[in-house]
Amino acid sequence: MSVLNIALAGNPNTGKSTIFNALTGARQHIGNWPGVTVDKKMGQLTRGKKKINIIDLPGTYSLSAYSLEEKIVKEYLLGEKPDLVVNVVDASNIERNLYLTVQLLEMGIPTIVNLNMMDEAKSKGYEINLDVLGKYLGAKVISSVATSKNGLQQLINSLDSPNMAMPEVAGSSLLDEYLKQIANIRKSEKDSELMEEEIISARYDFINRVLEKSLIINEAVVSWHDRLDNIFTNRILGIPIFIAIMYMMFELTFTWVGQPISDLLDGFISGTLTDWVNGTMAALGTAGWLQSLVTDGIIGGVGSVVVFVPLIFTLFFFISFLDGTGYMARVAFIMDRAMRKIGLSGKSILPMLIGFGCTVPAIMGARALDTERDRKIAVLISPFMSCGARLPVYALFAALFFPGKESIIVLSLYLLGILVAIVMGLIFKSTYFKGDAEPFLMELPPFRVPTIKTVLLQTWEKGKGFLVKAGTIIFSMSVAIWFLSSYNFSGPSDIKDSLLAAIGGLIAPIFALHGFGSWQTGVAVLTGILAKEAVVSTLGVIYGISELADDTAKIVTQLQGTLGATFNSLSAYAFMVFTLLYTPCMAALGTIKKEMGSWKWALFAAGYTFVLAWVASLLIYRIGLLLGLGG
Amino acid sequence: MITLKDIKPGQTVLVDNVKITGQARGRFMAMGIMKGARLKVIKVAPLGDPIEVLVKSYNLSFRKAEAEQIFVSLV
Repeated sequence: MSVLNIALAGNPNTGKSTIFNALTGARQHIGNWPGVTVDKKMGQLTRGKKKINIIDLPGTYSLSAYSLEEKIVKEYLLGEKPDLVVNVVDASNIERNLYLTVQLLEMGIPTIVNLNMMDEAKSKGYEINLDVLGKYLGAKVISSVATSKNGLQQLINSLDSPNMAMPEVAGSSLLDEYLKQIANIRKSEKDSELMEEEIISARYDFINRVLEKSLIINEAVVSWHDRLDNIFTNRILGIPIFIAIMYMMFELTFTWVGQPISDLLDGFISGTLTDWVNGTMAALGTAGWLQSLVTDGIIGGVGSVVVFVPLIFTLFFFISFLDGTGYMARVAFIMDRAMRKIGLSGKSILPMLIGFGCTVPAIMGARALDTERDRKIAVLISPFMSCGARLPVYALFAALFFPGKESIIVLSLYLLGILVAIVMGLIFKSTYFKGDAEPFLMELPPFRVPTIKTVLLQTWEKGKGFLVKAGTIIFSMSVAIWFLSSYNFSGPSDIKDSLLAAIGGLIAPIFALHGFGSWQTGVAVLTGILAKEAVVSTLGVIYGISELADDTAKIVTQLQGTLGATFNSLSAYAFMVFTLLYTPCMAALGTIKKEMGSWKWALFAAGYTFVLAWVASLLIYRIGLLLGLGG
Repeated sequence: MITLKDIKPGQTVLVDNVKITGQARGRFMAMGIMKGARLKVIKVAPLGDPIEVLVKSYNLSFRKAEAEQIFVSLV
């Protein structure tokens, strides 16, 4: 069986992924390019006796190695030499899209030009003569409307014989002439910048000559997406609309859809399922430790991952949808000025905002940023945006120690998180990630209605990544913590005498100067690394409240006496600040490892946030004492 | 001499000279911002920066800091 390697290349926003999905169906594999966090998508197709591997290259505007994506595509084409490149071209934006086509032709790789989005081109008043275009480009040209699968069968038919795609169109005199011109420019001894400029001009000249013969533009009317664009980026309405959309997205995710399903799942896993397993195992006469491992360790651990799933999938669904419409580019456009003030680009606002919901999708959202450097900075600072899981901790301590002033206390923590994120972002930018700022250069794609299939597939891809990678880490950590909390060196034990309590006792002195140096807070800090919401439940378990109430008001009464003895209002605030800033949860650390490609960065993130939190809460406690706030 | 920064939304210009230097120069040119290109300023972002420009019948956004280095003449 012969194997063909076919690469899909094209500009961003040309429907390349839709074509890839249509060609490969379910037989695809998504990973990262070696060493970098750019998606590597591969799929398979069988045509008669031929096996066709299709690789979806990252979307690029050119092959000039200006960005990470361009370097990947260039290196792949030069190094792997695919049998055929299918160049997906947005027909409604043909002039700029052909720039990449020309570069592919210069490299001499067999190329099929797939003019996609023919419907949009028509509505823009474009009449393209495919035969003439193909003749002058010296490549086979196929048209399609991928969203409705038009023309895709013709594309598939041309894939199994890449060599046959060429002869019928080979020998464009215009292309030959152009290739000679380029060779001459390259031979002439000029400085490289001047040469690059002449080559770029020559490319666009060639494109213009080809289009003169093959494209007729009829006067088009103002389209509906121009009108929409004028509303969404309006001087006065633009920002309020943005805030409203974000608010809706969070409400839908955390209040209406994601959270209720999460709660249901949580109820099922920690209630019905656990009871059933307990009952069955007891009936079978299973040893107590095994029963505890299965229910508390494994089911509890997996459960803590699973309850994240509806939230993450709902949020990713909305993000994929908004991304597919072209609105995200508008968000970057309207917010760039504000974000630049804090050393970031407009494109980084999204991951920061998502961070208020959950750090995990925020870290994954950083992929939208242009450069590896911006991505890494965004990943490293997103844990400071107070995620939803920290809110129970704030709510408990604020209600206990600052009655009547809860809102202002909680707000101050959110603001402190933002401030720390900004300061750390600026520090990273001027130290380890030093370098010239990249100019902001962004296409504003036309508004489109994304296909439901594309949105669902993207949601699934992102969500699956979280499930697999973060899931395994959370699972193994849960089992480890279960073990530590149920055993000591002489065997099974109560949590008070467990290894975990002993470790808590070892940690406690670290906080001796912070006003909360007890083994109990030490343990709460530890389990908080597992999941931030565990801080409250751990305190409940340790202080012997068997069934912690769901409602904060009741928890407050339950914990009033015990916590009141350990904390005062100043040390309570210092503890909240510590909770805000310290090591992100295991799910977030697992995601950092996955996105940044190495444990080194995950450990760095875990370490530097811990040190920062330690120093910040120490300063708050000590300065507070000096100011006489210790009562 | 006027630069793209001085152009009001709705006006169309021809590019005389691109003074952007370094790697950014190549990126701008590859996107079609080069001598002889026809540009129409579409709008300015709500906070005053960046700007949106129609070039080669697609919409591109960049900052005033770069627009200031693009010399143009009105059509």
